Amino acid sequence: MARVVVDVMLKPEILDPQGKAVHGALPRLGFDGVLEVRQGKRFELELAGEVTPEWLEQVRTLATTLLSNPVIEDFAVHVEDTNGRDVVGPGPHA
Amino acid sequence: MKVGVVTFPGSLDDVDALRAVRIAGAEPVALWHGDHDLCGVDAVVLPGGFSYGDYLRCGAIARFSPVMTEVVAAARRGMPVLGICNGFQVLCETHLLPGALIRNDHRRFVCRDQRLRVDNATTAWTSAYTARQEIVVPLKNGEGGYVADSTTLDRLEGEGRVVVRYLDGNPNGSLRDIAGITNDAGTVVGLMPHPEHAVETLCGPSTDGLGFFTFALTGLALR
Repeated sequence: MARVVVDVMLKPEILDPQGKAVHGALPRLGFDGVLEVRQGKRFELELAGEVTPEWLEQVRTLATTLLSNPVIEDFAVHVEDTNGRDVVGPGPHA
Repeated sequence: MKVGVVTFPGSLDDVDALRAVRIAGAEPVALWHGDHDLCGVDAVVLPGGFSYGDYLRCGAIARFSPVMTEVVAAARRGMPVLGICNGFQVLCETHLLPGALIRNDHRRFVCRDQRLRVDNATTAWTSAYTARQEIVVPLKNGEGGYVADSTTLDRLEGEGRVVVRYLDGNPNGSLRDIAGITNDAGTVVGLMPHPEHAVETLCGPSTDGLGFFTFALTGLALR
């Protein structure tokens, strides 16, 4: 079993009111010196088999069509092992 | 003339939209999100609400419902489609309309009677109005900020595809005060304000919204 992670963030030029609200709460908690907060989404996809280049391509298609809206969001795909550690490269057996 | 209104899980204003269609003199047809069938309607309204609980992004999951496959295909063949509020969000997610709707810049839900200017009175849904006519209809949204890149915004304005614009202050941070837009054919229209809530004086601020539904008829009859 393998885990592919898709991180989705609003594009830098798109206003992020949620991030602003979080940022506004930081001084009340005594956190100073944080210049900006941007809030995004993380999707963890547990795959049945090995992570192949074909799987990664399918995940990228999924990320473009459903998980993110490319008009306002960017996404990044990476692979983790079952302990949540990053697997370097496009996939463990690619 | 048959006008379909789609009900998604979480739709809120589908019944009001059906009622507006009826008051305007057309035959309202209730459509179901899970069906691959438009029941022979001549036009479709995607109503307001919170389809799929606004999970993921507003309209993002509704866009992949079975009925939307049919709506998108019919829209590409020229069938008139009107998206109101959540319906506008769905139309942007399908990319039938450019841009996207994001959370209101002031982070609050807005609910008020909104003055608008009809900038394009030649679409399938706005031909009952005169150009630059001012109307008042309810507006209620949490994620109604219209955004698109400046190239897209310039193109929309240059081609006269901004259908309605906010007056008396921008209620949600929409770029260039855009409240609604159309596709290049003028058949697909999306807007955040709710014309279906302004079709009777008993329970609306005006009857200014009725034109969106009456002229769907006249416009269709001319086809």
